[in-house]
Amino acid sequence: MPGSNSDFDSAREGLVAKESAGDNSAALTITEISQALKRTVEDRFGYVKLRGELSGVKRAASGHLYASLKDEKAVIDAVMWRGTTQRLSFVPEDGIEVVATGKITTYPGRSKYQIVMESMEIAGEGALLALLEKTRKRLEAEGLFAPERKRALPFIPKAIGVVTSPTGAVIRDILHRLADRFPSHVLVWPVLVQGQGAAEQVAAAVRGFGAMGEGERPDLLIVARGGGSIEDLWAFNEEVVVRAVADSPIPVISAVGHETDTTLCDFAADRRAPTPTAAAEMAVPVRTELANYLDDLGLRQRKTAMRPVTLGRERLEARAQRLPKPEQLLQPQAQKLDELSERLRRGLLDKAARGRESLARLRLAPAMLQRNLRDGRSRLANVRLVPTLVQRPIAERQQRVDALARLAEQLHPDKPLARGYAMVLDQAGKAVTSRASAQGKAQLAIRFADGELDVVPAGAKRPAARKPKPPEPGQPKLL
Amino acid sequence: MDQQAANIGEMSFEDALKALEEVVKRLESGEVPLDESIALYERGEALRGHCQARLDAAQARIEKIVAGADGKPAATEPFDAG
Repeated sequence: MPGSNSDFDSAREGLVAKESAGDNSAALTITEISQALKRTVEDRFGYVKLRGELSGVKRAASGHLYASLKDEKAVIDAVMWRGTTQRLSFVPEDGIEVVATGKITTYPGRSKYQIVMESMEIAGEGALLALLEKTRKRLEAEGLFAPERKRALPFIPKAIGVVTSPTGAVIRDILHRLADRFPSHVLVWPVLVQGQGAAEQVAAAVRGFGAMGEGERPDLLIVARGGGSIEDLWAFNEEVVVRAVADSPIPVISAVGHETDTTLCDFAADRRAPTPTAAAEMAVPVRTELANYLDDLGLRQRKTAMRPVTLGRERLEARAQRLPKPEQLLQPQAQKLDELSERLRRGLLDKAARGRESLARLRLAPAMLQRNLRDGRSRLANVRLVPTLVQRPIAERQQRVDALARLAEQLHPDKPLARGYAMVLDQAGKAVTSRASAQGKAQLAIRFADGELDVVPAGAKRPAARKPKPPEPGQPKLL
Repeated sequence: MDQQAANIGEMSFEDALKALEEVVKRLESGEVPLDESIALYERGEALRGHCQARLDAAQARIEKIVAGADGKPAATEPFDAG
């Protein structure tokens, strides 16, 4: 309509709006237009499915969730009422690509339109993995998966807490394997392992076990779920579960999904088992093996208990063998004895031999005696025994005796007495030969040839009558 | 030795087993004096008995936690793994 356009264009702008004739476009109130827009938009976009990235996620105190959905060029506000958020199977956060369904509404008060989301899902597995990676990085940065947080599992748990679905193969597998290996006290905390509320139940069960009293509390937890898609296992990637596991005062084995599936719960747990069965194997040793080992130790102990005794016996024997034998002890002496007796025997033999030899040297022959006899006889023959041989010496000696007798007669002391000499004797009858010795004697005697006469020297006291001197023994006689 | 013997009853299975291994090793080494070896053997027997008792005491008992309204475990009931 170029004409009308030009008319409209050429119409001079008045200062005051006037209603002109034929003008059917009366001014609408804002409310009217807003209501009109609302009707149009809501009728036209009563139910849409949008794909976009969440941004500016905000949960109000009321519980409603506000966010924006955006792509490279556009953005649309989004709201999810509290009642609906409770059905969400993930925690919305910025950056997640989601597919949201709902209806577009307008918000006349602010000239805005928005989508009221009835449901929101993560936009495909790629987006889910991206979210998982994001969460993992964040929790890892917090240190929840640090190796130094990992604790050793008890060797033989007194009680094992199992957090899993009470139905299905998983709990059966765990219980069977536990029974095979080491019958144990098992506490099962039944939980949903998939879908709405599963994460919260799992987290509550893990925390519930941890909060139990010291006596009844298990000392090992197994958090388990069978295999499934990443979506099925999603509860075990939820932060609430990861935190509960990381905070657990009880060591946790995580056995979620199959070997290839790894959840954040696995990262947070103290040990990760590839399957629930493997978790049971990690949890307990094999009882029969232990019993066998115990028996083996007992056997070895019994075998070796006597070892010091046998060893001591061996040592003793070794030393005893080194002791010298009695016969060895006496050997030197015996040898010496043998040697001496040999020498003795030989000495005797030698002596006898020598004796024989010297005997042999002695020639005892009658000729020797005969020769002596001859000598004697000839000597005897040479001796001429005649009486003059005796008579002549006798006569010679008779002459000498006679001469001596004459001389002795001349020399006899009494001989001079006959010629007038006298001998002066003292009282003892000894000769007094000098005046000096005579002087002082009380009595003297004078011997004459025919006897003695007692005299008293002049001046001497009259002595007591002298005992008559016994007659002199016989005169010494020469012959 | 008495002190250690008194403690056997309080030992965990693992500790008792380790102690028993130690005893057997020492006995097998043959370096234990004769008099001590008898005491050592007695201790070994005590440890073995303790380990055996611990193993024997292990029994399967499977219960299910029944959570109360507050989510805390209220009771347990026998678990029937169906």
